[in-house]
Amino acid sequence: MGATNFIGQSIKRKEDYRFLTGEGSYTDDIVLPRQTHACFVRSPHAHAKIRGINKDKALKAPGVIAIYTGEDIAASKMGGLPCGWLITDVNGQPMKEPPHPVLAQGKVRYVGDHVAVVIAESPQQAKDAAELVDVDYQVLPAVIKSADARRKGAPVLHDIAPDNTCYVWGIGDKAVVDQAFASAHHVTTLEFVNNRLIPNAIEPRAVNAQYARADDSYTLYVASQNPHVERLLMTAFVLGLPEHKVRVVAPDVGGGFGSKIYLYAEDVALTWASKQVNRPIKWTAERSESFQSDAHGRDHVTRAELALDTEGKFLAMRVTTTANLGAYLSTFASCVPTILYATLLAGQYTTPAIYCEVTAVFTNTTPVDAYRGAGRPEATYVVERLVETAAREMKIDPAEIRRRNFIKQFPYQTPVALQYDTGNYEATLGEAIKMADVAGFPARRAEAAKRGKLRGLGYACYIEACGIAPSNVAGALGARAGLFEAGEVRVHPTGKVTVFTGSHSHGQGHETTFAQVVADRLGIPMDDVDIVHGDTSKVLFGMGTYGSRSIAVGGTAIVKAVDKIVAKGKKIAAHLLEASDTDIEFKDGVFRVAGTDKQVPFAGVSLAAYVPHNYPLDKLEPGLNENAFYDPTNFTFPAGSYVCEVEVDPDTGTTSIVNFTAVDDFGKIINPMIVEGQVHGGLTQGIGQALTEGCIYDPESGQLVTGSMQDYCLPRADDVPSYRIGTKETPCTHNPLGVKGCGEAGAIGSPPAVINAITDALGVREIEMPATPQRVWRVANKKAA
Amino acid sequence: MTVKVSMSVNGKAVGAEIEERTLLVTFIRDTLRLTGTHVGCDTAQCGACTIFMNGRAVKSCNMLAMQAEGAQITTIEGIAQPDGTLHPMQEAFRQHHGLQCGFCTPGMVISAIDLVNNTPNPSETQIREQLDGNLCRCTGYHNIVKAVKAAAESSRS
Repeated sequence: MGATNFIGQSIKRKEDYRFLTGEGSYTDDIVLPRQTHACFVRSPHAHAKIRGINKDKALKAPGVIAIYTGEDIAASKMGGLPCGWLITDVNGQPMKEPPHPVLAQGKVRYVGDHVAVVIAESPQQAKDAAELVDVDYQVLPAVIKSADARRKGAPVLHDIAPDNTCYVWGIGDKAVVDQAFASAHHVTTLEFVNNRLIPNAIEPRAVNAQYARADDSYTLYVASQNPHVERLLMTAFVLGLPEHKVRVVAPDVGGGFGSKIYLYAEDVALTWASKQVNRPIKWTAERSESFQSDAHGRDHVTRAELALDTEGKFLAMRVTTTANLGAYLSTFASCVPTILYATLLAGQYTTPAIYCEVTAVFTNTTPVDAYRGAGRPEATYVVERLVETAAREMKIDPAEIRRRNFIKQFPYQTPVALQYDTGNYEATLGEAIKMADVAGFPARRAEAAKRGKLRGLGYACYIEACGIAPSNVAGALGARAGLFEAGEVRVHPTGKVTVFTGSHSHGQGHETTFAQVVADRLGIPMDDVDIVHGDTSKVLFGMGTYGSRSIAVGGTAIVKAVDKIVAKGKKIAAHLLEASDTDIEFKDGVFRVAGTDKQVPFAGVSLAAYVPHNYPLDKLEPGLNENAFYDPTNFTFPAGSYVCEVEVDPDTGTTSIVNFTAVDDFGKIINPMIVEGQVHGGLTQGIGQALTEGCIYDPESGQLVTGSMQDYCLPRADDVPSYRIGTKETPCTHNPLGVKGCGEAGAIGSPPAVINAITDALGVREIEMPATPQRVWRVANKKAA
Repeated sequence: MTVKVSMSVNGKAVGAEIEERTLLVTFIRDTLRLTGTHVGCDTAQCGACTIFMNGRAVKSCNMLAMQAEGAQITTIEGIAQPDGTLHPMQEAFRQHHGLQCGFCTPGMVISAIDLVNNTPNPSETQIREQLDGNLCRCTGYHNIVKAVKAAAESSRS
């Protein structure tokens, strides 16, 4: 290993020192000169008409500067919040896109919906005054559950969608699937709910918007995963501002998990209002506002069937899902239960025929959008619950039934649009079985039984698709944005390097991983490379961080820019060494005339580029700065096998995860330490979905019952085990690093593994997520009775 | 109504006239501008606001600033050596990747130091149980547990 071989090493993170010493800079930490503060007046009702708003008393409260309502928004002629993906329904019609106003226009549609914004000198004064805004509501009946949305006579949210239906969408050949089912030896059918989740990044969303009258420009500090997308949506679709007059900065961001992708009403309202009051305005969500207004995740109701032959070979799959979109279309809501869900239903298997139909409905609940995994956890839950149940019904070992159906030849075209480039599912499953000591499970189960405990073992073999691509295909499927990434490599005269990337980092460690890639490729020390992200005034462009795309798409853009630097460096070196360009090789930070000892170091070339005294000025521009945009040719397809072993106490209903083994194939790994950290976090969120987390609305009033951390059970340190983590590697075939992405895998693969283990322990077919002690106890004791 | 408060924060005497309802965390963040102490939930559930008060780890969102009158407060900014050398617990978090987005980290580090102060040789179960007042959404706790264990071991050797 040379001093500059950084790829594949667990290098400690560059970003840690500032976070460990309290020197991070999150949005709420920023205080601007003449700072003011905002508080939003939110709807206490799930569905109501606004008959009037009296703000007289509030306006007279101490410190109040201004109060804006939907009337002011309408008068300003600003647009509504846009949806970034147009789904075309089974009849070829566009989805229903109801208006999504920044502040309510005569009607509120969920508890927490935005009614007015109060701006005051201090946060406390804004909050006090918000209490005094008198809103006259006429409460309307609400529809909360997706199953009720299409019932005759159900309350209607939007005039444009009288049946509360956004779209009915389908994929696959239904006739072929129906035929396969008709002649199948065995059919396994399951009906289940994929529970609604509330993301809960520990940093609440926050915005600080500043207007500068001098040049009619705006600066928006916002806890966002994708500042350029935020700016594009806000300027082009909502406020109509010139894009170059708006700077969006996403500084240190305390976790996102999808919830900070979207353009939110608060971001737009404050940007607009900062000009009205000509002062900077800050808003930071209280946790109860996060619960009510951050986009939620999942919320599917599904009926799924798997047809098998006598040998347990999968013949066909048929899936019908109702997806709850909430009250409005959030930024990418429409593509989550369709493009990101049904296309993954082949899983790791050769199922030849698949049909899936998805009905997406509006309800009087918080909008639902992509949350860690986004569609892929829902798909994996369908596939892996079906497969495990089918194995049990047909008395085939659950690992064996998977092996019989694994895809073994690549590339592989699935019946649901995707083409997998590479994988080795047998390898990850085999390793997981070994690491989990599945062979020793019967003895452990027997030992537990002696103590009155029920042990169970469950598998999940997931596949996911990362880095949605290419842009033209996504566009044909309805995407209204590109899905490339941009990177810039700026070599300074002394050979030090600043890299600008459109991939935002909010916990993923890009400042380290990307620096490893660049330092490795340029053969220079890690300390000589800094990564800059999160500021539209510094970074050329960016599509942001979501869908585990950063290394595969953002990392590749940087590699392409590095390649351009090396190519130009070779020309400069050729001039300095009086050789031909084609004779120059670059290795370990040195340009060398091949087969000779004539060489010049990287910093010698960079200095020549900026002090071009001895330089081919007739052929080459001075300077050493390159950028690249990279639009992938395909998704990447991480896959893995998880084995979960649980011990259930039938007396209390508590489930302990006694062993969780995850073996993933993420292709080439740049920093194993960081990748393992991503898996740990993903697993814990997935285990949260399976065991503890579930959003509950009162079905009549639409009040959010799980509206605080006291009511919504996030996994704590003593709810989860230490994990056994392994990796296998089949490099991605279509990007230069061979990387696939690792951010969401854990959250995708773990819920079915946990539920398969609990159903095994209890000897039942089904248990609803989250499998809380109460639910487990009821199932365990009903069976005993 | 305002009230005068004075206390020692990170070894320095500080004082201010503040609204009576001012929370200790608001005093630390907004009055003193020590922004390493974070607010994640407002309800003492997440622990991002954890600080040392008179040697004990407490949640600063759950008490009034005037309740800390005369107290010795240490925030995350006061944990490393004055020359910037990390405290062994901070160093263990760095070595074991016990942090990702960094938002829960200041409170987590302070709770972890408190844990080892009280339980010098903690088992994994003890670490997990005693950290259950601090939520982390990124790490899944795996590496935090490793870091705390390593820091406890290094402080004994």
